Amino acid sequence: MIWAKEETMSREEMEALQLARLQETVKRVYEKVPSYRNKMERAGVKPEDIVTLEDLKKLPFVTKQDMRDNYPFGLFAVPKEELVRIHASSGTTGKPTVVGYTQNDIDVWTECVSRIAAMGGATSKDVAQICFGYGMFTGALGLHYGLENMGAVIVPSSSGNTEKQIMYMKDFETTLLVATPSYALRIAEVAKEMGIDPKKDLNIKIGLVGSELLTDAMRSEMHKLWGDEIIVTSNYGMSELMGPGVSGECEYLCGMHINEDYFLPEIIDPKTEEVLPPGEKGELVITCIKKEGIPLIRYRTKDVTRLIYEPCECGRCTVRMENLDGRTDDMIKIRGVNVFPSQIEEVILATQEIGPHYEIILERNNHADFMTIRVELLKETDSYRELEDIQKKIKNRLRVILGLDAKILLESPNTLQRFEGKAKRVRDLREGA
Amino acid sequence: MFIKQLSVFIENREGRLEQVLEALKKNGVNIISLSLADTSDYGLLRLIVSDPEKGKQGLKEDGFSAMLTEVLAIKLSHRVGQLQELLNVICKAGINVEYMYALSTGKDDASIVIKTSDLPKAWELLKSEGVEAFTARDIAKIQ
Repeated sequence: MIWAKEETMSREEMEALQLARLQETVKRVYEKVPSYRNKMERAGVKPEDIVTLEDLKKLPFVTKQDMRDNYPFGLFAVPKEELVRIHASSGTTGKPTVVGYTQNDIDVWTECVSRIAAMGGATSKDVAQICFGYGMFTGALGLHYGLENMGAVIVPSSSGNTEKQIMYMKDFETTLLVATPSYALRIAEVAKEMGIDPKKDLNIKIGLVGSELLTDAMRSEMHKLWGDEIIVTSNYGMSELMGPGVSGECEYLCGMHINEDYFLPEIIDPKTEEVLPPGEKGELVITCIKKEGIPLIRYRTKDVTRLIYEPCECGRCTVRMENLDGRTDDMIKIRGVNVFPSQIEEVILATQEIGPHYEIILERNNHADFMTIRVELLKETDSYRELEDIQKKIKNRLRVILGLDAKILLESPNTLQRFEGKAKRVRDLREGA
Repeated sequence: MFIKQLSVFIENREGRLEQVLEALKKNGVNIISLSLADTSDYGLLRLIVSDPEKGKQGLKEDGFSAMLTEVLAIKLSHRVGQLQELLNVICKAGINVEYMYALSTGKDDASIVIKTSDLPKAWELLKSEGVEAFTARDIAKIQ
C-alpha cells in the first residue's frame, strides 16, 4: 500500500514543492539561527539567492562537529518553549548531538515512518513489537508513533530480556518485528535454545530492520532463521535529520525510497565537496526542508550511496538511495586498504561451518597492521585437518575480497558477545586509533 | 566392535580444559583415557568416558562443540614389537592411522585407542591376527 499521495507526485510537482519548502527553510534559519547566518555570510550567500533547486549547492554544509560546537540548542530555530520533545544520539565520542521537535515535527516524523512501514508491508492489522531500546535514541519512539498512527497494535517491549520478548511474541501473536538485524538474529537464536522454532511457532511476517546495516548476506540469514516468506526491509534515518523515516525499502527491494518532500538529497564527492551527477556514488547530503525545531541544511551524513531516479515497480515516484555498503565512519583502514566491516560479514555469513557472529580485532606490531577475526565454530568435527580447512577457506575468501590477510580464530559456540542494539564488531587496539 | 570417543573443541585458553572436566563431573561421567595435542589457538580433546552420550549432552549444554566418533580400542600385550607387527598389517592394506593414544584400563596390559582411515577394514585385519577389542560395555565397567 502507498501511504501518501506525495509518494506518487510527478517530478515537476515534487521539485516545485521542494523549492518552495527549501526557500522558506533557508529564509527561516537565516533569520533565526545566528550560526547559520554567519556561515551563509561567510559563503557570500543570501536567502534570496536560492532561486532554483540548483542553487542549493551555494549553501554551506553542516557537519556533526557543528552540532557539537552548538551543543545543546545552538542550531535550534525555535525557542525552547515551542518544543515538545528532545532526543539525543548516543555520543560515544564527545558530546551527544541533541535534536528538538515541535508538535509539527512529531507529526511529520510520524507520517514519514507510516510511509516506510507501509513500504515494508505493514498494515493496521499488524501486531508490531518494537525491540529497539527506548530512551534518548530515536529508533524506538519513531517506529512506535509511525506504526501506531497506522492502526497497528504496538508492543513496546524495548531491547533486552530476550526470553520475555519471545514469550510476548508467541502469546500476543506478534506479526511485525522492529529490531536491529543483529538483534533479530539473536532473538531467533534464543528462541531455538528455548525450544521454539521461529519459523513454525512464531507468527512474524514482517521485519522492519534498521539502525544498523542490512547486508544481502544478513537478509538471507534472516530468512534462514525466520522463514523464506517473511518480508525483511531496511529503512534509513538518523537522529540529526529526524530519526527513522528518511527512507525505506519497498517490497521490490531495489533501494530505499526517500521521503523527498521532507528530505532533499544530494550526492557529493566527500573530498572535493562537489555535487556529483545523478547516479554517481558518493556521500549522501540531506537538507531538511520542512522542519521547525532543528532544520539542518546540507547535512553531511557520512553515508556512501547513489541516487536512483528510475521509476520503481511499486508505483512510487520518489527517488531511491541504494542500500549502504557502510558508513564512512565505520570504514577501517588496514595496511592502507579501506575495509567496510560489512564486506567481512558477507564472507562470514556465507561460510556454513561457522555462526553469524564475529569480532574484528585490529592490532599494530612493528608498524604493521594485523587483523584477527574471531568466529564461532558450528561444525562438529574430530579432525584437525577439517578445522584448518575451515580457517583456510575463510582466509582465502577474505583475501580475494579485501586483498588482505587475516588470522581466523575459531571459538566455541556462544563465546562471542551478543548485542541487543547496534552491534559493535570492531575492536581497534592500534595506537592512536 | 567400535567404541564411541567423545571429541571436544577447546580454545587454547586458561580454564577451558577445566570447564570441560567440570561439565563431565557434574554429569557423573568418568574419564577412562584422554588425549590432547598442543596447537597454538585451539585443540581437540579426545576422551574415552564411561558414558559418551551423557558426556556429549552435558558438554553441549555448557556451550561446547562436542561430538562422538567411532574408534577402535584394542588389547595388546607387553611384548617388544607387537604394535609394530600389527601396524605393518594395517599399512600394507593401504590404511592410514589418523591418531592413536594409550588406553589405561587399570589392569596390567597395554591397550590403545586407534582411529584409521578405514575402520571396519582395519578391524577385520586385526581380528584375523587374533587381536581383541574393547566393547562399549567393557569400557563402562572400567573403574
